[in-house]
Amino acid sequence: MIPLREIAFARSGDKGDSANVAVLARSAAAYGWIREHLTAGRVEDFFRPLGVGTVTRYEVPNLEALNFVLPHVLAGGGSRSLRIDAQGKTLGMALLEMPVDAPKFSTAKNTDNG
Amino acid sequence: MPHPLTIANASAFWGDQPDAAARLVAAVPDLDYLTLDYLAELSLSIMAGMRAKDPAAGYARDFVDVVRSLVPFYRNGGKTKIVTNAGGLAPEACAAAVQAEMAAAGLSRLRIAIVKGDDVLPLLKASTGNFANLETDAALVTVADRLVTANAYLGAAPIADALRAGADIVITGRVADPSLTVGPCLAHYGWNANDYNRIAGATVAGHLIECGAQVCGGFSTEWLSLPHPENTPFPIAEVADDGSCVITKPPGSGGAVTLETVKEQLLYEVGDPGRYLSPDATVSFLSLAVESVGCNRVRVSGAAGAAPPATYKVSATYRDGYKAHGLLTIFGHDAVKKARHAGDAVLHRLRAAGCVYRESLVECLGTGASVRGIVSRMSDTHLVETVLRISVAADTKEPVERFTKEIAPLVTCGPQGVTGYATGRPKVLPILGYWPCTIPCDAVKPQMRLLPAVNH
Repeated sequence: MIPLREIAFARSGDKGDSANVAVLARSAAAYGWIREHLTAGRVEDFFRPLGVGTVTRYEVPNLEALNFVLPHVLAGGGSRSLRIDAQGKTLGMALLEMPVDAPKFSTAKNTDNG
Repeated sequence: MPHPLTIANASAFWGDQPDAAARLVAAVPDLDYLTLDYLAELSLSIMAGMRAKDPAAGYARDFVDVVRSLVPFYRNGGKTKIVTNAGGLAPEACAAAVQAEMAAAGLSRLRIAIVKGDDVLPLLKASTGNFANLETDAALVTVADRLVTANAYLGAAPIADALRAGADIVITGRVADPSLTVGPCLAHYGWNANDYNRIAGATVAGHLIECGAQVCGGFSTEWLSLPHPENTPFPIAEVADDGSCVITKPPGSGGAVTLETVKEQLLYEVGDPGRYLSPDATVSFLSLAVESVGCNRVRVSGAAGAAPPATYKVSATYRDGYKAHGLLTIFGHDAVKKARHAGDAVLHRLRAAGCVYRESLVECLGTGASVRGIVSRMSDTHLVETVLRISVAADTKEPVERFTKEIAPLVTCGPQGVTGYATGRPKVLPILGYWPCTIPCDAVKPQMRLLPAVNH
């Protein structure tokens, strides 16, 4: 098992009491893997301790990414939530710690960007 | 090829870096536009609280300081125009403060316009049978007597009107964040209001820069490997006439604009990427091409646009009680056990004294408390230190006020090794409930007014 962060990066943000977590694959092969294995149900199970509702998954193949919308995951969100993370800032980092049974895809960049 | 329109962002939220605008124009003096965003979901309700104490308040005063910081630039002939939602609940008051600042600096040549009409609070109050909560489906009548603010997210059209009328500085109330970028594109390129693919492209550009430093590597997964994080810059979008854009950053700055930072930001705070709703267009991100076109230059093209919804989104807020958070550091063996025990003891003591809380929470920071119960490898039994955070919420102020007096006493009645109590009692904070809803566009009348030039 490897942590998800070895094959993907992520970004989370809030909208009211909901949050979204985008998971962006580090390679085309890694995208194929997360598209098959990182299901809405699996992400919902992962975030269940935070009281999440029914998770919706959107595929974004042109960005080799999946976007998960997590309703009611912020205990009220905004100024209502008593939690240290009322705005879902940590959820992306949390999901990247998920242990996954994936191969270690090559993450060599195919551009000279940056 | 014609020069693309260059639009920078110099503020992602109310409280962002105060020198961002001055740094941008110092590095890129021929920048066409600066956009500054001050309004998060709850910002207007905070401004409402300020206005209740001072009728001349109700806008982001920080923006007046930004204008002051740009005086030398404008005195040297700088031509960069500004579009900002700093007007908050009081665009006129904000404009008056900016105008006074400019007049004092001898810069009366700069014309200021305001955009308003976003305040729909009277409409919500008059029709509480409508405006169901988009998140919960609850009826507005359940909170109608506690409403504080209700503002529609206006679009780019009145901003473009202001720029076409000759404004150098456009000060708005609530508008959709990307519209701060779309407005200048409409005015500059003369696009039609139904030129949805181009408007979609400009909306994507606006979405990418609206969170300031984030697209330049701030908040990114690979933050630790960013060059010169002490100088993570604010971004620039070079928007072309076809609506495509290149995202870049000022020369000589730190941070990075890469495929990764741009892709992360594209999906920030997004629901369905095939249907991103803005008042200017309904945008699909599924046809976007993101490519590297040079060092710290990423081109984003291919946005697909369709007509915007027939409704504006509205962010309303309502009074919903009070809360407070108390923090103490606990050091020593069994630190986490002691912290949890101490937190529970405080709550027990207050409840025994008759205080009623609708919600309370004890967190031990350092144990994975941000996502408690999820990341199991963060075992807490070996921790020698934790930050105890106790929180309460109540419908009335009194029990919360009483709570704030029970944190520091843990120094003498709690475990040995309690520290970090020198910042005084916690503050009682009002809770503002968030009420997202929609309103038919034809019920809202956006207004633009170009202020008369000041003679001196």
